[in-house]
Amino acid sequence: MGLEQFKDRRVGTQNYKKLDLDHAPNCGWCQFKQVVSRTFKPELFVGLWVTFREMINALFRGQMHTTQYPLEKLPISPRYRAIHDMLRLLESGHYRCIGCGLCEKICISNCIAMETRYDENQRKEVSEYTINFGRCIFCGYCAEVCPELAIVHGQRYETASEQRASFSLFEDMLTPIDKLNLQKEYDGFGAVSPNADENIKKTPLAY
Amino acid sequence: MSELQSAENMVSIKIDGKACQAKEGEYILNAARANDIFIPAICYLTRCSPTLACRICLVEADGKQVYACNAKVKEGMEITVNTPNILEERRAIMEVYDVNHPLQCGVCDQSGECELQNYTLELAVDSQSYAIPDTKRESANWSSVLHYDPGLCIVCERCVTVCKDMIGDAAIKTTKRGGADLDKGYKDTMPKDAYAMWNKLQKSLIAPSNGTDSTNCSDCGECVAVCPVGALVSRDFQYRSNAWDLKRIPATCAHCSSGCQIYYETKPASISDRTEKIYRVTNEFHYVSLCGAGRFGYDFENAVKGKDAEAFAKAVEAFNQAKVINFTSVITNEEALMLQTLKEQKGVKLINREARAFQIFLNFYQAASGNSLYKHDFKDVMASDFVMSVGTSLRNDNPNARYAFNNVQKLNKGAGLYFHPVGDKLVPEFGKSIECFAHQAGHEEAALLLIIDLFADHDKLPSSVKDQLNRESLINMLGGDAEKFGDAFDKMMKKKERFSLIVGEDLYFHEKAENLAKLIAVLEASSDVQVVMIPPKTNSLGVALICDLDDEAEGYTVGYNAPGDFTISALGDGDLDMPAMNQQEGTLTNMNKRVVPTNAAVEYHGYELNDIVREVIGAPKLTIDWTQYLPEAKGFQAVAFDTLPNGYHNDGSENRGYALQITTSEVGEIEVAKFDESISLEGQIAYRCNPQRQFNDFSDKAHQIFEAFALYASPAKAETLGKRVVVEFDNGNLELDVVVDERMEGDIVAIPDFKSAYNIYELFGASRYQKVIIREV
Ligand code: SF4
Ligand code: SF4
Ligand code: SF4
Ligand code: SF4
Ligand code: SF4
Ligand code: FES
Repeated sequence: MGLEQFKDRRVGTQNYKKLDLDHAPNCGWCQFKQVVSRTFKPELFVGLWVTFREMINALFRGQMHTTQYPLEKLPISPRYRAIHDMLRLLESGHYRCIGCGLCEKICISNCIAMETRYDENQRKEVSEYTINFGRCIFCGYCAEVCPELAIVHGQRYETASEQRASFSLFEDMLTPIDKLNLQKEYDGFGAVSPNADENIKKTPLAY
Repeated sequence: MSELQSAENMVSIKIDGKACQAKEGEYILNAARANDIFIPAICYLTRCSPTLACRICLVEADGKQVYACNAKVKEGMEITVNTPNILEERRAIMEVYDVNHPLQCGVCDQSGECELQNYTLELAVDSQSYAIPDTKRESANWSSVLHYDPGLCIVCERCVTVCKDMIGDAAIKTTKRGGADLDKGYKDTMPKDAYAMWNKLQKSLIAPSNGTDSTNCSDCGECVAVCPVGALVSRDFQYRSNAWDLKRIPATCAHCSSGCQIYYETKPASISDRTEKIYRVTNEFHYVSLCGAGRFGYDFENAVKGKDAEAFAKAVEAFNQAKVINFTSVITNEEALMLQTLKEQKGVKLINREARAFQIFLNFYQAASGNSLYKHDFKDVMASDFVMSVGTSLRNDNPNARYAFNNVQKLNKGAGLYFHPVGDKLVPEFGKSIECFAHQAGHEEAALLLIIDLFADHDKLPSSVKDQLNRESLINMLGGDAEKFGDAFDKMMKKKERFSLIVGEDLYFHEKAENLAKLIAVLEASSDVQVVMIPPKTNSLGVALICDLDDEAEGYTVGYNAPGDFTISALGDGDLDMPAMNQQEGTLTNMNKRVVPTNAAVEYHGYELNDIVREVIGAPKLTIDWTQYLPEAKGFQAVAFDTLPNGYHNDGSENRGYALQITTSEVGEIEVAKFDESISLEGQIAYRCNPQRQFNDFSDKAHQIFEAFALYASPAKAETLGKRVVVEFDNGNLELDVVVDERMEGDIVAIPDFKSAYNIYELFGASRYQKVIIREV
């Protein structure tokens, strides 16, 4: 193993380059002039007219072209990749995740973090699990690599909130235990292929 | 070994058509590795004896199939690594290993660095032809650190081998599995070696060798390190992190003077706390073996939030008015050089008890022998076949000295002589040809005289030594039986060629240190016994070479990790915080006389010694800028820190830092004083000696090291003492719990020195043995 990384001691001495921008107006009057001249152009009224015309068409002439979101929502494909779901085993209700860390490793934006420990039942317990949705690019690699079909992409694309952290913890993503009967098997990115059985080789077993 | 010598011992071989040079008598596997050629091998451990458990290292040598790990190279040998038949054997072997192996790589701690995974993939095992009913196997905790999961064990016996051949505890062994017999049909249909290997595998598992559920061993964790699969893991690390998530930081262990190469493995402490934390320590187990302190005592860092400018100003003030600086040997060479520079420029006195004693001893040795340092190292000891030890409690003082002593017995069919006043149950178990002398404390001269008598060319001896050589009386004096020993010794000497002697701290803290140093010089001059010395603590050798230490000093004292009027400390309890060894970069001088680098594993945000020194007398920007100024006159080299490597080559040679230069000068005949037998301690004796796995405040701080600061005694002795005692020294008392050390023998009790706050060095003064009175409380 090389020692290069330990030899770089340039902490905080990177060179930043400043962009060469135009001069900004520097007095109150100049700023006011810039605002006025940028705001009141004839194009503004052309745009307002088009909007007004289409509004009348849609509301009173029955020419509506868009879905009435949020009252109306389009169905989305199972392959759509939105905020993740963590699935449970249907029989025991135990979370499927075994804490293998493959999703954490493969994550291209390095936004999955987890903590595991040896629990009282001699199992690997996933004590904490989180995805930083500020960084997630919804690539789906985590769902694809997961050997347990534990982490999958859900359909929840409405992710406006005060803090992204509000849906990024293990318990937020995990199927609520009382809704286990509603948990759907995942069909999307990373799911078992339809011909999976054909690809499995038999292993001799002596019992 | 000199270049010339080694060139003579080389043979030429061909591996897969490539011409290679190999050491004579070397195993094919090691020869291939030294020449960067890959031969699959699972059960073999460099520096341990081959066990032939896996048989995957099959190669063809001169047309015959042999096991590369136990067949030796011969001049002109032609080796083929892969033949169709061998590939078939290997594939079958890997299939067998995979039979009933749990499919739990997803949670296994070894995943990602598992040799079973690797070889299964390497040999492209994509189907399974064999089957056998599985046996129920329960996992168990064997000790405070060991967890064994027999379900994952492939019975390669590496753990057993390392524990026996290297560590010396022999605390684990193979045991009956109680599994089903192999299907008879396999015998004819399977490749031969795969069948034989499976037959053995199916019969065994691993268990503690004392027949109980716990190993009751040194807890070194070396068995965990060598396990190729996840069967043996450290309890603390279990299921905490995947191997691939950890960042490996090459470093040097800072607990004892072995200065083992280690990797601190770090990753963020938790989801909410993203600061790097050390999760475990690993090592290149083929080339270096750690002890329990090194492996498990890693979390001693000093967590400091930020720079405390006020405390820093006070520290600068304290250094400005300091008359004395009191420090320990847990310090880098660079810091030692800073202190020495302070001494030169400001006239402060430097106090470091353990390094000073060693320094004086080295000076005596140099005056007598003309060598600036002992010439050999522990590699030489491991290569010898007759090893002796005087003045060190082999089990406690320095783990690598003990490993070397043991390794010689196991691998070189060696013999050993162990001279020490404190009886030990483990040392005699290292081998069949070991004689132990539990002599009186203070009689180390007699031990050296006996060794001189046994090994020296008597014609070369000065008369002052020759006059003292009366074998019979020496042996009796040392508590042996002259007649019996004579016979035993003759047997021990059979076919022995290389002799080595380990000397330790008892000789440096000794009234007759000068005479002892002279005797060592005499021994070296008149025999081919190779002598190595164990520096007392971590960097005692570096400090002894770099600093001009003082004996006594008075006045305003600054303590660095040691008591003082103003203390700077990496333990978090001082007036100003300092970085601990796992938060610093710098070099250490280890007992193999190598200057080895260490790197920072954990963040540190406070001030360093260099900052203080800069304020007081001026200093370069970084601590490691001092590295190139280490004194060349003492054997150091003017090289920059960043050029120092820290690893091993494929042939096992050390590629770490650089070796100190040793100078030799002419000296006259050595005049040795007469050994005075009457000097000996009467009554109850206490010995300054740490329990295994404890070396200093830092090992003590680590959460997995729990050996108490207590009085250690043999089971019989402890019985007479009670639970808690007061130990009265001439100049003070100590109140301690009594702890039984099952492996101690005799009446001498051991009192540790690993907590600097207790000032144990003051109580013991210039000797490691003191007369004490012990009362129960
Ligand atoms: S979707 Fe992609 S970026 Fe987001 S957590 Fe998964 S692997 Fe990472
Ligand atoms: S890959 Fe799946 S099983 Fe593995 S840690 Fe991620 S979610 Fe859990
Ligand atoms: S911890 Fe060390 S002494 Fe104990 S069984 Fe393992 S190798 Fe042997
Ligand atoms: S515990 Fe590990 S090292 Fe020991 S025999 Fe089993 S697999 Fe080999
Ligand atoms: S304490 Fe000594 S023997 Fe143990 S790992 Fe550290 S340097 Fe090696
Ligand atoms: S490595 Fe040679 S038999 Fe296992």
